[in-house]
Amino acid sequence: MPILEVKNLSFIYGVGTTFQKTAVDNINLSFEKGEFIGIIGHTGSGKSTFIKQLNGLLRPSSGEVLLNGENIWRNSKKIRDVRFKVGMVFQYPEYQLFADTVYKDIAFGPENMGLNSEEINKKVLAAVDFVGLSHEILEKSPFEISGGEKRRTAIAGVIAMDPEVLILDEPTAGLDPRGRELLLSQIKTYHSKRKNTVILVSHNMEDIAKTADKVVVLANGKAEMFDITREVFKNSESLERVGLKVPQITEIMEKLKNKGYDINPGILTVTEAENEILRILGEWGKC
Amino acid sequence: MLTDITLGQFFPGESLIHKLDARIKILLTFVYMLITFICSNYFSLTITLCSVLFVIFLSKIPIKMYLKSMKMILFIILFTAIINFFSGNGEPIFQWGIFKITVDGINNSIFVSLRLTIIVLTSSILTFVTSPTDMADAIEHLMKPLSAFKINVHDIAMMMTIALRFVPTLLEEADKTMSAQKARGSDLESKNITKKAKALIPIFVPLFVSAFRRAYDLATAMECRCYKGGEGRTRMKILKIVPLDVFAVLFTLAIGIMVIISNTFYWRW
Repeated sequence: MPILEVKNLSFIYGVGTTFQKTAVDNINLSFEKGEFIGIIGHTGSGKSTFIKQLNGLLRPSSGEVLLNGENIWRNSKKIRDVRFKVGMVFQYPEYQLFADTVYKDIAFGPENMGLNSEEINKKVLAAVDFVGLSHEILEKSPFEISGGEKRRTAIAGVIAMDPEVLILDEPTAGLDPRGRELLLSQIKTYHSKRKNTVILVSHNMEDIAKTADKVVVLANGKAEMFDITREVFKNSESLERVGLKVPQITEIMEKLKNKGYDINPGILTVTEAENEILRILGEWGKC
Repeated sequence: MLTDITLGQFFPGESLIHKLDARIKILLTFVYMLITFICSNYFSLTITLCSVLFVIFLSKIPIKMYLKSMKMILFIILFTAIINFFSGNGEPIFQWGIFKITVDGINNSIFVSLRLTIIVLTSSILTFVTSPTDMADAIEHLMKPLSAFKINVHDIAMMMTIALRFVPTLLEEADKTMSAQKARGSDLESKNITKKAKALIPIFVPLFVSAFRRAYDLATAMECRCYKGGEGRTRMKILKIVPLDVFAVLFTLAIGIMVIISNTFYWRW
């Protein structure tokens, strides 16, 4: 049974006004437990509206969201429990920090879950380790730490709830290249250690190519594609049609292939490209 | 959701009412309110109501939006209507303890609720068809005479423009913060009042922090573009009275005269 499934999901903003707009248009998808899903789509493609329905922040105009096979809106009083199971890190999450210490901010979610202080402490420390924050920072105010640390604090605040599905909306936006690299590898580590489902929303094709097992392509509120990452990035033409691109390295390798080199399609990372080029050079050496 | 607030919302459009000069729109809204208060019988009130409905029709904004803005003050209208209903003078038709219903009371309550309805509708028309910047511009023009009393009209208008400009931004930000805290299990839907108040702290703290940050950024951006107050500043859009505006004034005056005439001829219910 898939952990998270959406059936005929649609969302319409401003019904009956001049601003009426279909943001999500009849989407059918299912995510298995332990998968790392990437969601790509250009600005206004309905990404945010889509993910907000996965944890019940928005109620679908029609269709349903099934968590472990059960419609999350079946009992709308229990919707908070859904939000603990489907953790959501928003874009620029550092702007939601509010508590007087980093520790208290991270503990906010687990506290709302009604855990005792011992469990809270355990979860907070585990989350802090996942995002690589030092323990000295815990007693500082979230307003006096650096931007990168704030981002990590905010992400830890969601991880601390120990959700079954973790959704991250552009977690690397505005970080420098090193910070971006580090954060992505930490998310990867979190995914492989906890064996939880992670959904990563991003504009950055390189990030997606490096991390995701499967990719959803959203365009105009519709799910244009849903396949394993390598297959999706083989369709550079259809991706360009919906305003997206394949990763730079994939594009370069494709151009080389078009020049007549015998390169396998769907190269996703620089390391893969390196191996492929070495393989071809090796074949040349033989003759 | 917060974005559902319609009172004071602007709907861009190309209708005749949209095209009117903002100063004229503001003045005529006041005139309309005045006319509504002059009305002393059902006949003159009907004339006013019909003309307001006509303007609503011209504004090409769905009637649903107007009803939505009515909904927000429905309670006030009902409340005043009920008070008036039981406090009329004259012969009671029905009496139960201190509650008595008179013809006078019934008339009064219908009259008052109609009046309030018209006033809400007219002010809704004004905000629906006038963009916030136009509105602030027009208010600056209309307040010009005050500069004789050493009041810096430009600064007030600029502050108003900025405040209006940031209402949607802050609402959106509040919405985002609320979503983020709800995603961490913040109990905003709780019926318990202390729990609810406590749940507001995680929303207000980030909101204040970001409001200050935005104010600071905006001040820097304005200084970068050499803003130093109203002196010597020219305008991109210059407000101009066109025949359409004259027509609107004449229309309103005609309604006003009709109301006064019907007041004098039907001076009682």
